[in-house]
Amino acid sequence: MTLDTILANAPRIETHQPWPCAVVDPVAWQQMAGSLAAGELTLLSLWGEAGRIHMAVLRDDTPKVAVLSLDCPDNCYPSVGRLHAPALRLERAARDLFGLEPVASPDVRPWFDHGRWANEPAPAYGFLPVEGENLHQIPVGPVHAGIIEPGHFRFTCDGETVVRLEQRLGYVHKGIDALLAGAAVPRALRIAGRTSGDSTVAYGFAFCRAIEAALGIAVPPRGAALRGVMAELERIANHLGDFGAVCNDAAFSIMLAHCGVLREQVLRCAAACFGHRLMMDRIVPGGVAVDLSPDGTAALLGLLAALRARLPPLVTLYDETASLQDRTVGTGIVRPALVRRFGAGGYVGRASGRDFDARRDLAYAPYDIVRFEVPTRQDGDVNARVWIRILEIEQSLSILEQLLKALPQGPTREPVEEAASEPREGMAVVEAFRGDVLVWLRVAAGRIERCHLRDASWFQWPLLEAAIEGNIVADFPLCNKSFNCSYSGHDL
Amino acid sequence: MLKTLLQGLRTPLTEKRPQADPALVALAATLDQAARRKLGRSLAIREVDAGSCNGCELEIHALNNAFYDLERYGLRFVASPRHADVLMVTGPVTKNMREALERTWRATPDPKWMVAVGDCAADGHVFADSYAVVGGVAAVIPVDLVIRGCPPTPTQVLRGLLTLMEGGGNPP
Repeated sequence: MTLDTILANAPRIETHQPWPCAVVDPVAWQQMAGSLAAGELTLLSLWGEAGRIHMAVLRDDTPKVAVLSLDCPDNCYPSVGRLHAPALRLERAARDLFGLEPVASPDVRPWFDHGRWANEPAPAYGFLPVEGENLHQIPVGPVHAGIIEPGHFRFTCDGETVVRLEQRLGYVHKGIDALLAGAAVPRALRIAGRTSGDSTVAYGFAFCRAIEAALGIAVPPRGAALRGVMAELERIANHLGDFGAVCNDAAFSIMLAHCGVLREQVLRCAAACFGHRLMMDRIVPGGVAVDLSPDGTAALLGLLAALRARLPPLVTLYDETASLQDRTVGTGIVRPALVRRFGAGGYVGRASGRDFDARRDLAYAPYDIVRFEVPTRQDGDVNARVWIRILEIEQSLSILEQLLKALPQGPTREPVEEAASEPREGMAVVEAFRGDVLVWLRVAAGRIERCHLRDASWFQWPLLEAAIEGNIVADFPLCNKSFNCSYSGHDL
Repeated sequence: MLKTLLQGLRTPLTEKRPQADPALVALAATLDQAARRKLGRSLAIREVDAGSCNGCELEIHALNNAFYDLERYGLRFVASPRHADVLMVTGPVTKNMREALERTWRATPDPKWMVAVGDCAADGHVFADSYAVVGGVAAVIPVDLVIRGCPPTPTQVLRGLLTLMEGGGNPP
């Protein structure tokens, strides 16, 4: 049974937009798990709700995306992770949040649930056993040495060499799924926009597109263009920050100083044009909450010119500093096969040859009217992930210029009618700076019944465990920063 | 090479010192004067994320850039709570981070201050009603200074820290 036969024969959720959603039986569910394991499909996400489990898959054919839903009357379903490892952590999360048991899963340890929600003494976590001579362990975190988010890393080392890294996450679990359930759309939007602060534009964008898909709302061209402007500003600001921070972790702090200045100029421009440095809460269902003035357009074009003048010398400096290249080239390699299997997006995927970008491959406004390239590399090391960022900044500058020079006139926002009372389901995938963010939701009478947010980090964190293997402990900060996974976006 | 290194950093970028926030002056005035004399006009800060969305971290990071240049005020971020005078905490304090936060606080030597940064650290903000959060730093550890904002701008954070350091006095 292929996905096409399932989509042709299984009952559909008719209100699910824009991609089809089929209600399947356990046999079909297991066959799709087999297709994922065979590499015929890519897992986009897996999530639960009371008595039901869903998965979203991606493929090259039309429809590119499909959702499969399985009712679990006894709160059990056949494990996808048993055959396809990328689903494991998602299944552990769904078990913690909704009590759904993945039958025959090789890993049913709690993930988000640290045993602390009921204010009782927390049980010990079962780290995977490691056997071998002369091995020692280095436990790091949850509180780390820098100004970064909390998580636990358990390194097992042979001398200086890391033979295994095991992550334990969930420390910043805020209960976002439960907060969203029952929330009115405006409140849900504010929460979604605070899932991962560095991607607040992308989350707002994805959440609103999912709402618009569910309710059939069309965004006016000017609103769509301004969304693109904000999304690209966010991408540039984050890539600049990462470029500087990776170099800083190789003790080349002058790059952080330069990139910090450029990043600050982007944020100030964002504040001047849109009223918030990180552009939080600026994207709303139907369009955007703020318009861009002619002065704002001029300021942004000035920013583009400044970045185009200032960035190339820094890139040359990066490329010609042998001591820096010595740290980044050949460090933290992720094999292309692993990236494909995990469907890892963003610079992690593209640095290891996975040619996917939601802006192009699941095109949405305003990216359907601009020209851009999706840079990829095959080497998959820290250097490749830095280079993808550099090349993406150049592409984003080009996209910004195209959008700003042909900014449509007219309204920025379509009024949203009082929503229908029957439930409607919508879904969206948006390319954040770190990779694709997926939002799936069911809305009825202006309230969210269930909303699932899947950060790109879900499929990148496990690859960091693979990237560090065989590297020295001292290179972990470099590898980690080159991934820059979100803790909050993952922990929800 | 040298030209490239210094290009763009030659012209001074640093912002003028922000004025102390009158709303924070009264709070800061309650700090122990003797302890402040001991520490002089310098504070070592340990940042702890207790459940933030990482928006606050981005803006706290920005304090180190050439525009805000935190160290010119004698303020600097340190890697260990054992080196710190101030714990700067963000996030609504998730239940999964509560113990780690308490242990970090206990590892900080006296005299010490607790600064809650951001609306989440102040009262839990949009996450306040969740089963998974405590709902603000003050529910776990007494807070000396709250710097609000979602996220607060670097200028707002800097203003709060200067007010704390100078015991409520207006800057010269």
